[in-house]
Amino acid sequence: MTRLTPRHLFWALGLLLLPLLLQQVGNGWVRIADVALLYVLLALGLNIVVGYAGLLDLGYVAFFAVGAYMFALLSSPHLLETFPALAAMFPTGLHTPLWLVIPLGALLAGLMGALLGAPTLKLRGDYLAIVTLGFGEIIRVFMNNLDQPVNLTNGPKGLGQIDAVTVFGHPLSRKIDLGWIELPSVTLYYYLFLALVLVSVLICHRLEHSRIGRAWMAIREDEVAAKAMGINTRNMKLLAFGMGASFGGVSGCMFAAFQGFVSPESFSLMESVMIVAMVVLGGLGHLPGVILGAVLLAALPEVLRYVAGPLQAMTDGRLDAAILRQLLIALAMIGIMLWRPRGLWPAPEHGKNAQAPVAGSRSAAP
Amino acid sequence: MTSVLHVQGISKRFGGLQALSDVSMRIELGQVYGLIGPNGAGKTTFFNVITGLYTPDAGSFELAGKPYQPTAVHTVAQAGIARTFQNIRLFADMSALENVMVGRHVRTGSGLLGAVLRTSRFQAEERAIAEHARELLDYVGIGGYADYKARTLSYGDQRRLEIARALATEPKLLALDEPAAGMNATEKVQLRALIDRIRQERCTLLLIEHDVKLVMGLCDQVTVLDYGKVIAQGTPAQVQSDAKVIEAYLGTGGH
Repeated sequence: MTRLTPRHLFWALGLLLLPLLLQQVGNGWVRIADVALLYVLLALGLNIVVGYAGLLDLGYVAFFAVGAYMFALLSSPHLLETFPALAAMFPTGLHTPLWLVIPLGALLAGLMGALLGAPTLKLRGDYLAIVTLGFGEIIRVFMNNLDQPVNLTNGPKGLGQIDAVTVFGHPLSRKIDLGWIELPSVTLYYYLFLALVLVSVLICHRLEHSRIGRAWMAIREDEVAAKAMGINTRNMKLLAFGMGASFGGVSGCMFAAFQGFVSPESFSLMESVMIVAMVVLGGLGHLPGVILGAVLLAALPEVLRYVAGPLQAMTDGRLDAAILRQLLIALAMIGIMLWRPRGLWPAPEHGKNAQAPVAGSRSAAP
Repeated sequence: MTSVLHVQGISKRFGGLQALSDVSMRIELGQVYGLIGPNGAGKTTFFNVITGLYTPDAGSFELAGKPYQPTAVHTVAQAGIARTFQNIRLFADMSALENVMVGRHVRTGSGLLGAVLRTSRFQAEERAIAEHARELLDYVGIGGYADYKARTLSYGDQRRLEIARALATEPKLLALDEPAAGMNATEKVQLRALIDRIRQERCTLLLIEHDVKLVMGLCDQVTVLDYGKVIAQGTPAQVQSDAKVIEAYLGTGGH
């Protein structure tokens, strides 16, 4: 991460060219990559809470929902329809620019994270998981029912007509024709999400190797000892909840813009579980592992579509493709956890540059 | 002589059990102070009271001449008392170096923004933290294991690492809870030399220990607790010949 090597260049080139190759096969494939990137963003955020600070959060999707609904409300006609007074103030409608939305989404979700984290500070492990699971559901129920008495979220019908993200005056929903190649909307979103993921990886990496990151990991390893070392565990836990949630918020904003539509359905408990699975399957607390886990679990269901179909045909339709897909994912997860209990790509065992202990170093001891 | 820790009249009751009653002691600067007593005498309770884990029912503290209230556990290290644990509590999955670096937390101040932006102040502080931590690892004699995960170290080395981590907080008083527990004879000799060195070069020590030989050889002052009360206080020689101490450890006989 410190110096650019040919390997970095190779990766950068690969990531930049990937959508251009995928779009030759079909825009659907680029779309899969887009969604995978959004999940990477979510997994990176949850990794701060679960991987670094060791706080098992089963309600993480709540912050994804907060970000998505915030963007939906600030960039769709819905708010102005509900509040005519607002409509008079914004005659052209609410169109919040990107540079405002991202920090706002991060801030709001971060605040929610700290707020929901506050009552759970004394809880650990399974107990914490149950409480956060409840919080996640509460947010979803709110989204589902806040159409009365004032229609804020439009209830189960969801919010539509959300603006696409506009970058340098160009809405990403419109394709760019470069002459020699055409960049469809999904490819443009790919580059935006990729940029956000790269910034997030940088932030995570820097936090991991800082005073704050070490304090988080100390809490994960032994809270009593961390306190005895003078770490204010309450503040550090709140910071972890807030930081993690802010990533979820940004990802939610992007999701809303990308889909153009949000509804409570997208934020079920199953989503939270999947994000936790990505972090654990990839390798708790290890950034490359977390990214790998997110990409795999986000892309696997889509890729399996192309496996399940032929299998179904081979068995004369006796196998249901959708169920088969679920089964294969479950089997893959069980397999990975059995063969690689610490994740697909865990942090190295002996630290990064451990060499054999210097002979005689102990004889120097008093 | 100036006192590092001066406690007066500490009492602590758990339901029907009077764990500590009217315990007072005065630890002078540069001493190794021993706290001994049979199992269940209240040694660890006393330890937990001065490190903020328990709130005492009565009593007052003075740390380096200033009144001191151990209210929240994390403020204790800030005030200048560092501790080790009877059953080693290291950050097992972090490297030895990182363990000691965590100890520097309380004496450093970089926040979130500094870390994310990698400001020059942050980088300078990180370098200082790592350097200080390496020095301390060398000081306790495990410099060669800096990049090893704490849980892969041998038992004796884990004890040393815990001491290094506690020293990283720059304590005025280093409190060791049974540091020799489970150590073999060689390791005990090395531990003794290390404690002696810390006393001379770094800080005052409070020692809770079962190993009477180690306590008698090392400590300048000893307090003996039994059933939560101080039954003897003085130099090791004085305490050793005290009738009550002999009774507490060996029983009165004649039963």
